[in-house]
Amino acid sequence: MPSLGADMEVGKVAKWLVGPGDVVRRGDVVAVVETEKSTIEVEIFETGVIEELLVPEGDEVPVGTALARVGASEATLARVPAPEPGPEPAPAPSTKHPPSEVVAPAVVSTRKGGPGGLVVSPVVRHLAERLGVDVHALDGSGAGGTITRADVESAGARLREGSHAPIDARRRVPERGGRPSPPPVRRAHPSQTGVRSSPLARRVASELGIEVDDIQGTGPRGAIVESDVRHAAHGKPSVAATSPGQSGEEEAPKQTGPAAATSGTVAGDARQVAMRRAIGALMARSKREIPHYYLSTDIDMSRAVAWLEQANVERPVTARLVVPVLLIKATALAVATVPEMNGFMVGDTFEPSTDVHVGVAVSLRTGGVIAPAIHHVDRLPVDELMVALRDLVTRARGGVLRSSEMSDPTITVTNLGDLGVDSVFGVIYPPQVALVGFGRVAERAWAADGMVGVRSCATATLSADHRVSDGHRGGRFLGTIDRLLQHPEEL
Amino acid sequence: MTDDDARDLIRTVLGEVAPEADLDSVGPDETMQEALDLDSIDFLNFVTGLHERTGLEIPERDYPELSTVEGCVRYLTSSGG
Repeated sequence: MPSLGADMEVGKVAKWLVGPGDVVRRGDVVAVVETEKSTIEVEIFETGVIEELLVPEGDEVPVGTALARVGASEATLARVPAPEPGPEPAPAPSTKHPPSEVVAPAVVSTRKGGPGGLVVSPVVRHLAERLGVDVHALDGSGAGGTITRADVESAGARLREGSHAPIDARRRVPERGGRPSPPPVRRAHPSQTGVRSSPLARRVASELGIEVDDIQGTGPRGAIVESDVRHAAHGKPSVAATSPGQSGEEEAPKQTGPAAATSGTVAGDARQVAMRRAIGALMARSKREIPHYYLSTDIDMSRAVAWLEQANVERPVTARLVVPVLLIKATALAVATVPEMNGFMVGDTFEPSTDVHVGVAVSLRTGGVIAPAIHHVDRLPVDELMVALRDLVTRARGGVLRSSEMSDPTITVTNLGDLGVDSVFGVIYPPQVALVGFGRVAERAWAADGMVGVRSCATATLSADHRVSDGHRGGRFLGTIDRLLQHPEEL
Repeated sequence: MTDDDARDLIRTVLGEVAPEADLDSVGPDETMQEALDLDSIDFLNFVTGLHERTGLEIPERDYPELSTVEGCVRYLTSSGG
Protein backbone atom coordinates (compact mmCIF):
# COMPACT_ATOMS: atom_id res chain seq x y z
CA MET A 1 0.00 0.00 0.00
CA PRO A 2 1.75 3.12 -1.18
CA SER A 3 1.75 6.29 0.86
CA LEU A 4 -0.57 8.52 -1.12
CA GLY A 5 0.14 11.67 0.78
CA ALA A 6 1.91 12.22 4.07
CA ASP A 7 -1.34 12.17 5.99
CA MET A 8 -2.31 8.68 4.89
CA GLU A 9 -2.05 5.79 7.32
CA VAL A 10 -4.35 3.21 5.81
CA GLY A 11 -5.93 2.58 2.45
CA LYS A 12 -8.64 0.30 1.16
CA VAL A 13 -8.18 -1.71 -2.01
CA ALA A 14 -11.41 -0.82 -3.75
CA LYS A 15 -10.68 -2.63 -6.95
CA TRP A 16 -7.99 -4.61 -8.69
CA LEU A 17 -7.59 -3.81 -12.37
CA VAL A 18 -5.19 -6.68 -12.93
CA GLY A 19 -5.05 -10.30 -11.85
CA PRO A 20 -2.52 -13.12 -11.63
CA GLY A 21 -0.88 -13.73 -14.96
CA ASP A 22 -1.39 -10.21 -16.24
CA VAL A 23 1.64 -8.50 -17.64
CA VAL A 24 2.14 -5.04 -16.25
CA ARG A 25 4.44 -2.27 -17.26
CA ARG A 26 5.94 0.37 -15.07
CA GLY A 27 3.39 3.17 -14.77
CA ASP A 28 0.32 1.03 -15.49
CA VAL A 29 -2.63 1.64 -13.24
CA VAL A 30 -3.15 -1.66 -11.46
CA ALA A 31 -5.55 -0.92 -8.62
CA VAL A 32 -7.95 1.63 -7.24
CA VAL A 33 -7.40 2.56 -3.61
CA GLU A 34 -9.68 4.59 -1.40
CA THR A 35 -8.29 6.85 1.27
CA GLU A 36 -9.99 9.26 3.59
CA LYS A 37 -9.53 11.96 1.03
CA SER A 38 -9.93 10.49 -2.35
CA THR A 39 -10.08 7.57 -4.70
CA ILE A 40 -6.70 7.00 -6.23
CA GLU A 41 -5.50 4.97 -9.17
CA VAL A 42 -2.33 3.21 -8.10
CA GLU A 43 0.43 2.96 -10.67
CA ILE A 44 2.88 0.11 -10.53
CA PHE A 45 6.59 0.82 -10.42
CA GLU A 46 7.71 -2.57 -11.72
CA THR A 47 7.46 -4.18 -15.10
CA GLY A 48 6.65 -7.85 -14.88
CA VAL A 49 3.96 -10.41 -14.39
CA ILE A 50 1.46 -10.31 -11.56
CA GLU A 51 1.90 -13.54 -9.63
CA GLU A 52 -0.41 -13.06 -6.72
CA LEU A 53 -2.70 -10.44 -5.29
CA LEU A 54 -1.97 -10.36 -1.57
CA VAL A 55 -4.77 -8.05 -0.46
CA PRO A 56 -8.32 -8.79 -1.58
CA GLU A 57 -10.70 -6.11 -2.75
CA GLY A 58 -12.46 -4.41 0.12
CA ASP A 59 -9.64 -4.91 2.61
CA GLU A 60 -8.14 -1.95 4.40
CA VAL A 61 -4.46 -2.22 5.16
CA PRO A 62 -1.76 0.05 6.62
CA VAL A 63 0.64 1.95 4.39
CA GLY A 64 3.62 -0.29 3.62
CA THR A 65 1.65 -3.52 3.33
CA ALA A 66 2.56 -5.54 0.26
CA LEU A 67 -0.37 -5.52 -2.16
CA ALA A 68 0.79 -7.93 -4.80
CA ARG A 69 3.68 -10.10 -5.88
CA VAL A 70 5.26 -9.25 -9.20
CA GLY A 71 7.59 -11.59 -11.00
CA ALA A 72 10.02 -10.01 -13.41
CA SER A 73 11.28 -12.06 -16.27
CA GLU A 74 12.89 -10.62 -19.33
CA ALA A 75 12.01 -13.74 -21.25
CA THR A 76 8.38 -13.24 -20.37
CA LEU A 77 8.47 -9.59 -21.22
CA ALA A 78 10.12 -10.22 -24.53
CA ARG A 79 7.03 -12.17 -25.51
CA VAL A 80 4.73 -9.36 -24.57
CA PRO A 81 3.34 -7.77 -27.71
CA ALA A 82 4.08 -4.30 -26.51
CA PRO A 83 2.38 -1.74 -28.73
CA GLU A 84 1.15 -4.24 -31.33
CA PRO A 85 -1.94 -6.36 -30.95
CA GLY A 86 -1.10 -9.98 -30.58
CA PRO A 87 -2.11 -13.28 -29.09
CA GLU A 88 -3.04 -13.68 -25.48
CA PRO A 89 0.18 -14.23 -23.59
CA ALA A 90 0.14 -17.37 -21.52
CA PRO A 91 -0.19 -16.68 -17.83
CA ALA A 92 3.46 -17.12 -17.26
CA PRO A 93 4.34 -19.01 -14.15
CA SER A 94 7.68 -17.43 -13.75
CA THR A 95 10.69 -17.35 -13.33
CA LYS A 96 14.26 -17.47 -12.37
CA HIS A 97 14.13 -14.06 -10.85
CA PRO A 98 12.79 -13.72 -7.36
CA PRO A 99 9.47 -11.92 -7.20
CA SER A 100 9.37 -8.50 -5.71
CA GLU A 101 6.61 -7.14 -3.60
CA VAL A 102 4.83 -3.97 -4.44
CA VAL A 103 4.91 -1.58 -1.57
CA ALA A 104 5.43 1.80 -3.12
CA PRO A 105 3.94 3.76 -5.96
CA ALA A 106 5.56 4.45 -9.26
CA VAL A 107 6.30 7.87 -10.58
CA VAL A 108 6.24 7.11 -14.24
CA SER A 109 3.22 7.54 -16.38
CA THR A 110 4.15 5.89 -19.64
CA ARG A 111 1.75 3.14 -20.45
CA LYS A 112 1.76 0.82 -23.38
CA GLY A 113 0.03 -2.34 -24.42
CA GLY A 114 -2.12 -3.92 -21.78
CA PRO A 115 -2.43 -7.48 -20.68
CA GLY A 116 -4.30 -9.93 -22.79
CA GLY A 117 -2.65 -8.90 -26.02
CA LEU A 118 -5.21 -6.19 -26.48
CA VAL A 119 -3.73 -2.77 -26.90
CA VAL A 120 -5.61 -0.81 -24.33
CA SER A 121 -4.29 1.10 -21.37
CA PRO A 122 -5.60 0.26 -17.92
CA VAL A 123 -7.16 3.69 -17.72
CA VAL A 124 -9.12 3.15 -20.91
CA ARG A 125 -9.99 -0.35 -19.79
CA HIS A 126 -11.31 1.06 -16.54
CA LEU A 127 -13.34 3.65 -18.40
CA ALA A 128 -14.75 0.93 -20.60
CA GLU A 129 -15.88 -1.04 -17.59
CA ARG A 130 -17.57 1.98 -16.14
CA LEU A 131 -19.38 2.68 -19.38
CA GLY A 132 -20.28 -0.95 -19.88
CA VAL A 133 -18.29 -1.20 -23.09
CA ASP A 134 -16.44 -4.35 -24.04
CA VAL A 135 -13.03 -3.34 -25.32
CA HIS A 136 -12.59 -6.68 -27.05
CA ALA A 137 -15.34 -5.76 -29.46
CA LEU A 138 -13.82 -2.44 -30.45
CA ASP A 139 -11.57 -1.51 -33.31
CA GLY A 140 -8.86 0.73 -31.99
CA SER A 141 -8.36 3.98 -33.84
CA GLY A 142 -5.05 4.81 -32.19
CA ALA A 143 -1.55 4.02 -33.35
CA GLY A 144 -1.01 0.31 -33.88
CA GLY A 145 -4.68 -0.40 -33.29
CA THR A 146 -4.59 1.03 -29.79
CA ILE A 147 -8.02 1.52 -28.33
CA THR A 148 -8.30 5.10 -27.24
CA ARG A 149 -10.45 6.88 -24.70
CA ALA A 150 -12.41 8.35 -27.61
CA ASP A 151 -13.14 4.88 -29.00
CA VAL A 152 -14.56 3.81 -25.68
CA GLU A 153 -16.50 7.01 -25.15
CA SER A 154 -18.13 6.84 -28.56
CA ALA A 155 -19.01 3.17 -28.00
CA GLY A 156 -20.45 4.18 -24.66
CA ALA A 157 -22.53 6.87 -26.36
CA ARG A 158 -23.87 4.36 -28.88
CA LEU A 159 -24.68 2.06 -26.01
CA ARG A 160 -26.68 4.77 -24.29
CA GLU A 161 -28.57 5.54 -27.43
CA GLY A 162 -29.60 1.91 -27.57
CA SER A 163 -28.13 1.24 -30.97
CA HIS A 164 -26.44 -2.04 -31.69
CA ALA A 165 -22.98 -1.02 -30.76
CA PRO A 166 -20.36 -3.69 -30.37
CA ILE A 167 -21.10 -4.48 -26.79
CA ASP A 168 -20.60 -7.61 -24.86
CA ALA A 169 -22.13 -7.47 -21.46
CA ARG A 170 -20.82 -10.83 -20.40
CA ARG A 171 -17.35 -9.71 -19.63
CA ARG A 172 -16.72 -7.94 -16.38
CA VAL A 173 -19.44 -5.42 -16.97
CA PRO A 174 -21.29 -4.80 -13.75
CA GLU A 175 -24.96 -4.76 -14.48
CA ARG A 176 -28.17 -4.83 -12.65
CA GLY A 177 -31.53 -5.64 -14.14
CA GLY A 178 -30.04 -5.74 -17.61
CA ARG A 179 -29.40 -2.05 -17.67
CA PRO A 180 -26.08 -0.89 -18.92
CA SER A 181 -24.12 1.14 -16.44
CA PRO A 182 -24.84 4.81 -16.74
CA PRO A 183 -21.88 6.88 -17.74
CA PRO A 184 -19.96 8.34 -14.84
CA VAL A 185 -20.04 12.03 -15.55
CA ARG A 186 -23.59 12.37 -16.77
CA ARG A 187 -25.63 13.98 -14.05
CA ALA A 188 -29.14 13.84 -15.36
CA HIS A 189 -30.40 12.39 -12.12
CA PRO A 190 -29.91 15.22 -9.66
CA SER A 191 -31.27 17.87 -12.00
CA GLN A 192 -34.32 15.83 -12.80
CA THR A 193 -35.23 14.72 -9.36
CA GLY A 194 -33.62 17.30 -7.13
CA VAL A 195 -31.80 14.48 -5.34
CA ARG A 196 -28.24 15.39 -4.55
CA SER A 197 -25.42 12.91 -4.64
CA SER A 198 -21.70 13.08 -4.18
CA PRO A 199 -19.45 12.60 -7.22
CA LEU A 200 -17.95 9.53 -5.59
CA ALA A 201 -21.41 8.10 -4.99
CA ARG A 202 -22.33 8.60 -8.63
CA ARG A 203 -19.14 7.05 -9.82
CA VAL A 204 -19.56 4.04 -7.57
CA ALA A 205 -23.19 3.78 -8.65
CA SER A 206 -22.19 3.72 -12.28
CA GLU A 207 -19.52 1.12 -11.57
CA LEU A 208 -22.04 -1.05 -9.80
CA GLY A 209 -24.71 -0.42 -12.40
CA ILE A 210 -27.16 1.19 -10.01
CA GLU A 211 -29.39 4.18 -10.65
CA VAL A 212 -28.82 6.77 -7.97
CA ASP A 213 -32.47 7.74 -8.29
CA ASP A 214 -33.40 4.45 -6.69
CA ILE A 215 -31.35 5.07 -3.60
CA GLN A 216 -32.37 6.61 -0.31
CA GLY A 217 -29.78 9.20 0.62
CA THR A 218 -28.49 9.53 4.15
CA GLY A 219 -25.98 12.31 3.67
CA PRO A 220 -26.41 16.00 4.41
CA ARG A 221 -29.90 17.15 3.35
CA GLY A 222 -30.66 13.70 2.02
CA ALA A 223 -27.72 13.64 -0.37
CA ILE A 224 -26.70 10.24 -1.64
CA VAL A 225 -23.24 9.32 -0.43
CA GLU A 226 -20.98 6.44 -1.33
CA SER A 227 -22.11 4.20 1.52
CA ASP A 228 -25.73 4.52 0.42
CA VAL A 229 -24.76 3.23 -3.00
CA ARG A 230 -22.78 0.36 -1.58
CA HIS A 231 -25.58 -0.60 0.75
CA ALA A 232 -28.06 -0.43 -2.08
CA ALA A 233 -25.76 -2.68 -4.09
CA HIS A 234 -25.79 -5.21 -1.29
CA GLY A 235 -29.54 -5.00 -1.05
CA LYS A 236 -29.15 -3.74 2.47
CA PRO A 237 -30.86 -0.72 3.94
CA SER A 238 -28.70 2.30 4.44
CA VAL A 239 -27.03 2.72 7.73
CA ALA A 240 -29.17 5.58 8.85
CA ALA A 241 -32.26 3.48 8.37
CA THR A 242 -30.99 1.07 10.93
CA SER A 243 -29.81 2.03 14.36
CA PRO A 244 -26.78 4.22 14.71
CA GLY A 245 -23.72 2.29 15.70
CA GLN A 246 -24.56 -0.53 13.39
CA SER A 247 -22.63 1.09 10.64
CA GLY A 248 -20.29 -1.74 9.93
CA GLU A 249 -17.63 -2.17 7.38
CA GLU A 250 -17.73 1.21 5.74
CA GLU A 251 -16.68 3.00 8.88
CA ALA A 252 -13.36 4.69 9.07
CA PRO A 253 -10.85 3.21 11.44
CA LYS A 254 -10.53 4.57 14.94
CA GLN A 255 -14.12 5.62 15.21
CA THR A 256 -13.88 7.23 18.59
CA GLY A 257 -14.48 10.55 20.22
CA PRO A 258 -16.98 13.17 19.17
CA ALA A 259 -17.39 11.72 15.72
CA ALA A 260 -18.60 8.38 17.02
CA ALA A 261 -20.86 10.14 19.46
CA THR A 262 -22.72 11.97 16.72
CA SER A 263 -25.91 10.07 16.41
CA GLY A 264 -26.94 9.13 12.93
CA THR A 265 -23.35 9.24 11.75
CA VAL A 266 -23.21 7.48 8.42
CA ALA A 267 -20.32 6.22 6.46
CA GLY A 268 -20.27 9.21 4.10
CA ASP A 269 -19.99 11.49 7.06
CA ALA A 270 -17.45 9.17 8.58
CA ARG A 271 -15.30 9.75 5.55
CA GLN A 272 -15.62 13.47 6.12
CA VAL A 273 -14.68 13.01 9.75
CA ALA A 274 -11.76 10.81 8.81
CA MET A 275 -10.58 13.37 6.27
CA ARG A 276 -10.82 16.15 8.82
CA ARG A 277 -8.84 14.04 11.24
CA ALA A 278 -6.20 13.20 8.62
CA ILE A 279 -5.76 16.86 7.70
CA GLY A 280 -5.63 17.77 11.38
CA ALA A 281 -3.00 15.14 12.12
CA LEU A 282 -0.79 16.19 9.23
CA MET A 283 -1.07 19.89 9.95
CA ALA A 284 -0.41 19.31 13.66
CA ARG A 285 2.69 17.34 12.72
CA SER A 286 3.76 20.15 10.42
CA LYS A 287 3.36 22.77 13.12
CA ARG A 288 5.07 20.56 15.68
CA GLU A 289 8.07 19.61 13.56
CA ILE A 290 8.60 22.41 11.08
CA PRO A 291 9.89 25.75 12.31
CA HIS A 292 7.90 27.87 9.89
CA TYR A 293 8.78 31.38 8.93
CA TYR A 294 6.46 33.57 6.91
CA LEU A 295 7.05 36.31 4.37
CA SER A 296 4.77 38.30 2.13
CA THR A 297 5.14 40.64 -0.77
CA ASP A 298 2.72 42.60 -2.95
CA ILE A 299 3.09 41.92 -6.64
CA ASP A 300 2.01 44.23 -9.43
CA MET A 301 -0.07 41.93 -11.61
CA SER A 302 -1.08 44.45 -14.30
CA ARG A 303 1.29 43.08 -16.93
CA ALA A 304 0.31 39.50 -16.22
CA VAL A 305 -3.40 40.30 -16.30
CA ALA A 306 -3.09 42.36 -19.48
CA TRP A 307 -1.08 39.63 -21.17
CA LEU A 308 -3.64 37.03 -20.15
CA GLU A 309 -6.55 39.09 -21.44
CA GLN A 310 -4.79 39.62 -24.73
CA ALA A 311 -3.88 35.95 -25.00
CA ASN A 312 -7.45 34.91 -24.29
CA VAL A 313 -8.95 37.20 -26.92
CA GLU A 314 -7.31 35.07 -29.56
CA ARG A 315 -8.26 31.80 -27.98
CA PRO A 316 -11.40 29.74 -28.24
CA VAL A 317 -13.22 29.24 -24.97
CA THR A 318 -11.75 25.81 -24.54
CA ALA A 319 -8.14 27.01 -24.67
CA ARG A 320 -8.36 30.05 -22.40
CA LEU A 321 -5.97 30.53 -19.54
CA VAL A 322 -6.63 31.53 -15.95
CA VAL A 323 -4.42 33.58 -13.64
CA PRO A 324 -3.45 30.66 -11.37
CA VAL A 325 -1.60 29.05 -14.29
CA LEU A 326 0.80 32.00 -14.40
CA LEU A 327 1.23 31.95 -10.63
CA ILE A 328 1.99 28.23 -10.57
CA LYS A 329 4.40 28.49 -13.48
CA ALA A 330 6.25 31.45 -11.97
CA THR A 331 6.62 29.59 -8.69
CA ALA A 332 8.01 26.52 -10.45
CA LEU A 333 10.55 28.59 -12.37
CA ALA A 334 11.63 30.54 -9.28
CA VAL A 335 12.77 27.29 -7.70
CA ALA A 336 15.78 27.31 -10.05
CA THR A 337 17.02 30.47 -8.31
CA VAL A 338 16.36 29.27 -4.76
CA PRO A 339 16.51 25.47 -4.84
CA GLU A 340 16.15 25.10 -1.07
CA MET A 341 12.41 25.67 -1.45
CA ASN A 342 11.95 22.54 -3.53
CA GLY A 343 12.37 19.05 -2.13
CA PHE A 344 11.87 16.97 0.99
CA MET A 345 13.11 16.66 4.52
CA VAL A 346 14.30 13.10 5.02
CA GLY A 347 14.99 12.73 8.71
CA ASP A 348 17.16 15.73 9.58
CA THR A 349 18.47 16.18 6.08
CA PHE A 350 17.07 18.27 3.28
CA GLU A 351 17.11 16.56 -0.08
CA PRO A 352 16.57 19.07 -2.84
CA SER A 353 14.64 17.81 -5.85
CA THR A 354 15.81 18.39 -9.37
CA ASP A 355 12.26 17.87 -10.60
CA VAL A 356 9.62 20.46 -9.86
CA HIS A 357 6.31 18.80 -9.05
CA VAL A 358 3.96 21.48 -7.83
CA GLY A 359 1.24 20.41 -5.43
CA VAL A 360 -1.88 22.44 -6.08
CA ALA A 361 -4.21 22.87 -3.13
CA VAL A 362 -7.72 22.05 -4.34
CA SER A 363 -10.61 22.66 -2.01
CA LEU A 364 -13.29 20.00 -2.15
CA ARG A 365 -16.75 21.43 -2.21
CA THR A 366 -17.93 18.91 0.33
CA GLY A 367 -15.22 20.08 2.72
CA GLY A 368 -11.54 19.36 3.01
CA VAL A 369 -8.55 20.10 0.85
CA ILE A 370 -6.23 17.96 -1.20
CA ALA A 371 -2.96 18.96 -2.86
CA PRO A 372 -2.01 16.60 -5.68
CA ALA A 373 0.95 17.36 -7.91
CA ILE A 374 1.33 18.49 -11.47
CA HIS A 375 4.59 16.99 -12.65
CA HIS A 376 7.53 18.89 -14.16
CA VAL A 377 5.73 22.22 -14.10
CA ASP A 378 8.97 24.06 -14.84
CA ARG A 379 9.08 22.36 -18.25
CA LEU A 380 5.40 22.67 -19.18
CA PRO A 381 4.35 25.43 -21.57
CA VAL A 382 1.48 27.44 -20.07
CA ASP A 383 -1.04 25.89 -22.44
CA GLU A 384 -0.16 22.39 -21.33
CA LEU A 385 -0.09 23.52 -17.72
CA MET A 386 -3.59 24.90 -18.15
CA VAL A 387 -4.83 21.57 -19.48
CA ALA A 388 -3.09 19.74 -16.65
CA LEU A 389 -4.50 22.09 -14.02
CA ARG A 390 -8.03 21.82 -15.32
CA ASP A 391 -7.76 18.07 -15.45
CA LEU A 392 -6.26 17.84 -11.98
CA VAL A 393 -8.89 20.05 -10.35
CA THR A 394 -11.67 18.13 -12.05
CA ARG A 395 -10.30 14.77 -11.01
CA ALA A 396 -9.51 15.90 -7.46
CA ARG A 397 -13.12 16.96 -7.03
CA GLY A 398 -14.51 14.01 -8.96
CA GLY A 399 -12.52 11.70 -6.76
CA VAL A 400 -10.02 9.98 -9.02
CA LEU A 401 -6.34 10.79 -8.68
CA ARG A 402 -3.14 8.90 -9.46
CA SER A 403 -0.78 7.54 -6.87
CA SER A 404 2.17 9.46 -8.29
CA GLU A 405 0.23 12.70 -8.05
CA MET A 406 -0.41 12.10 -4.38
CA SER A 407 3.02 11.01 -3.33
CA ASP A 408 5.56 13.32 -4.82
CA PRO A 409 4.79 17.06 -4.81
CA THR A 410 8.04 18.92 -4.10
CA ILE A 411 6.48 22.29 -3.25
CA THR A 412 2.86 23.41 -2.88
CA VAL A 413 0.94 26.40 -4.19
CA THR A 414 -2.32 27.50 -2.63
CA ASN A 415 -4.45 30.07 -4.29
CA LEU A 416 -7.29 31.28 -2.14
CA GLY A 417 -7.64 34.42 -4.20
CA ASP A 418 -10.77 33.12 -5.83
CA LEU A 419 -12.46 33.24 -2.45
CA GLY A 420 -11.65 36.90 -2.15
CA VAL A 421 -9.04 36.89 0.59
CA ASP A 422 -6.04 39.16 0.24
CA SER A 423 -3.44 36.78 1.54
CA VAL A 424 -2.99 33.26 2.84
CA PHE A 425 -0.25 32.08 5.20
CA GLY A 426 -0.29 28.34 4.67
CA VAL A 427 0.92 25.37 6.66
CA ILE A 428 3.69 23.41 4.95
CA TYR A 429 2.84 19.86 3.87
CA PRO A 430 5.51 17.59 5.34
CA PRO A 431 7.92 16.38 4.12
CA GLN A 432 7.94 19.41 1.82
CA VAL A 433 9.71 22.55 2.97
CA ALA A 434 7.81 25.43 1.40
CA LEU A 435 4.34 26.56 0.48
CA VAL A 436 3.53 29.58 -1.64
CA GLY A 437 0.19 31.32 -1.24
CA PHE A 438 -1.52 33.78 -3.53
CA GLY A 439 -4.42 36.03 -2.59
CA ARG A 440 -6.88 37.58 -4.97
CA VAL A 441 -5.91 39.75 -7.85
CA ALA A 442 -7.60 43.09 -7.24
CA GLU A 443 -7.16 46.72 -8.15
CA ARG A 444 -5.26 48.68 -5.53
CA ALA A 445 -3.61 52.05 -5.20
CA TRP A 446 0.00 51.48 -6.21
CA ALA A 447 2.85 53.94 -5.99
CA ALA A 448 5.44 53.71 -8.75
CA ASP A 449 7.76 56.20 -10.43
CA GLY A 450 6.67 58.97 -8.08
CA MET A 451 3.02 58.52 -8.97
CA VAL A 452 0.09 56.82 -7.32
CA GLY A 453 -1.97 54.86 -9.77
CA VAL A 454 -4.45 52.00 -9.86
CA ARG A 455 -2.98 48.60 -10.62
CA SER A 456 -4.05 44.99 -10.45
CA CYS A 457 -2.15 43.54 -7.53
CA ALA A 458 -1.86 40.32 -5.60
CA THR A 459 -0.17 39.42 -2.34
CA ALA A 460 2.18 36.48 -2.52
CA THR A 461 3.20 34.75 0.69
CA LEU A 462 5.77 32.15 1.54
CA SER A 463 5.71 29.67 4.39
CA ALA A 464 9.10 28.01 4.54
CA ASP A 465 11.12 25.68 6.74
CA HIS A 466 13.78 27.36 8.88
CA ARG A 467 15.76 24.13 9.04
CA VAL A 468 16.43 24.55 5.35
CA SER A 469 16.40 28.26 4.59
CA ASP A 470 16.28 31.70 6.12
CA GLY A 471 14.17 34.75 5.50
CA HIS A 472 16.79 36.25 3.27
CA ARG A 473 16.60 33.36 0.83
CA GLY A 474 12.86 33.23 1.18
CA GLY A 475 12.70 36.89 0.24
CA ARG A 476 14.83 36.22 -2.79
CA PHE A 477 12.41 33.46 -3.78
CA LEU A 478 9.34 35.70 -3.57
CA GLY A 479 11.26 38.46 -5.36
CA THR A 480 12.03 36.04 -8.18
CA ILE A 481 8.38 35.09 -8.50
CA ASP A 482 7.54 38.80 -8.70
CA ARG A 483 10.15 39.40 -11.37
CA LEU A 484 8.96 36.44 -13.44
CA LEU A 485 5.37 37.67 -13.33
CA GLN A 486 6.49 40.97 -14.84
CA HIS A 487 7.35 39.05 -18.02
CA PRO A 488 4.33 36.80 -18.45
CA GLU A 489 5.13 36.17 -22.11
CA GLU A 490 8.26 34.30 -21.03
CA LEU A 491 6.49 31.98 -18.62
CA MET B 1 -33.90 30.36 -27.10
CA THR B 2 -36.60 31.20 -24.57
CA ASP B 3 -35.94 32.31 -21.01
CA ASP B 4 -36.94 28.87 -19.78
CA ASP B 5 -34.62 27.13 -22.24
CA ALA B 6 -31.82 29.35 -21.05
CA ARG B 7 -32.55 28.58 -17.39
CA ASP B 8 -32.60 24.85 -18.09
CA LEU B 9 -29.32 25.10 -19.94
CA ILE B 10 -27.71 27.06 -17.11
CA ARG B 11 -28.91 24.50 -14.59
CA THR B 12 -27.57 21.63 -16.63
CA VAL B 13 -24.15 23.18 -17.12
CA LEU B 14 -23.84 24.36 -13.53
CA GLY B 15 -24.81 20.89 -12.40
CA GLU B 16 -21.91 19.45 -14.35
CA VAL B 17 -19.45 22.04 -13.13
CA ALA B 18 -20.47 21.83 -9.48
CA PRO B 19 -22.50 18.65 -8.96
CA GLU B 20 -22.59 19.18 -5.21
CA ALA B 21 -24.01 22.66 -5.48
CA ASP B 22 -27.59 23.35 -4.50
CA LEU B 23 -28.78 25.42 -7.45
CA ASP B 24 -32.07 26.29 -5.80
CA SER B 25 -30.17 28.23 -3.16
CA VAL B 26 -28.98 30.78 -5.71
CA GLY B 27 -31.14 33.86 -6.06
CA PRO B 28 -31.69 35.14 -9.61
CA ASP B 29 -29.54 38.22 -9.04
CA GLU B 30 -27.00 36.67 -6.71
CA THR B 31 -23.43 36.25 -7.91
CA MET B 32 -23.10 32.58 -8.81
CA GLN B 33 -19.38 32.41 -8.11
CA GLU B 34 -19.98 33.42 -4.52
CA ALA B 35 -23.23 31.57 -3.95
CA LEU B 36 -21.92 28.31 -5.38
CA ASP B 37 -18.30 28.73 -4.36
CA LEU B 38 -17.00 28.58 -7.92
CA ASP B 39 -13.34 29.27 -8.53
CA SER B 40 -11.81 30.51 -11.77
CA ILE B 41 -11.48 27.01 -13.18
CA ASP B 42 -15.10 26.21 -12.35
CA PHE B 43 -16.23 29.40 -14.03
CA LEU B 44 -14.16 28.64 -17.10
CA ASN B 45 -15.72 25.18 -17.18
CA PHE B 46 -19.14 26.82 -16.92
CA VAL B 47 -18.43 29.15 -19.83
CA THR B 48 -17.00 26.23 -21.80
CA GLY B 49 -20.16 24.24 -21.13
CA LEU B 50 -22.34 27.10 -22.41
CA HIS B 51 -20.11 27.45 -25.44
CA GLU B 52 -20.27 23.76 -26.28
CA ARG B 53 -24.04 23.72 -26.20
CA THR B 54 -24.77 27.04 -27.89
CA GLY B 55 -21.77 27.61 -30.13
CA LEU B 56 -21.41 31.12 -28.70
CA GLU B 57 -17.79 32.30 -28.43
CA ILE B 58 -18.45 34.19 -25.15
CA PRO B 59 -15.37 36.45 -25.08
CA GLU B 60 -13.78 37.10 -21.73
CA ARG B 61 -14.97 40.71 -21.69
CA ASP B 62 -18.54 39.39 -21.46
CA TYR B 63 -17.85 37.39 -18.31
CA PRO B 64 -19.25 40.08 -15.98
CA GLU B 65 -22.66 39.70 -17.66
CA LEU B 66 -22.63 36.02 -16.77
CA SER B 67 -22.13 36.41 -13.06
CA THR B 68 -25.81 35.97 -12.14
CA VAL B 69 -28.38 33.48 -13.33
CA GLU B 70 -30.59 36.26 -14.72
CA GLY B 71 -27.58 37.87 -16.38
CA CYS B 72 -26.83 34.56 -18.06
CA VAL B 73 -30.45 34.23 -19.20
CA ARG B 74 -30.37 37.70 -20.75
CA TYR B 75 -27.03 36.98 -22.38
CA LEU B 76 -28.09 33.66 -23.86
CA THR B 77 -31.49 34.83 -25.12
CA SER B 78 -30.17 38.05 -26.65
CA SER B 79 -27.20 36.36 -28.30
CA GLY B 80 -29.46 34.02 -30.22
CA GLY B 81 -27.59 31.04 -28.83
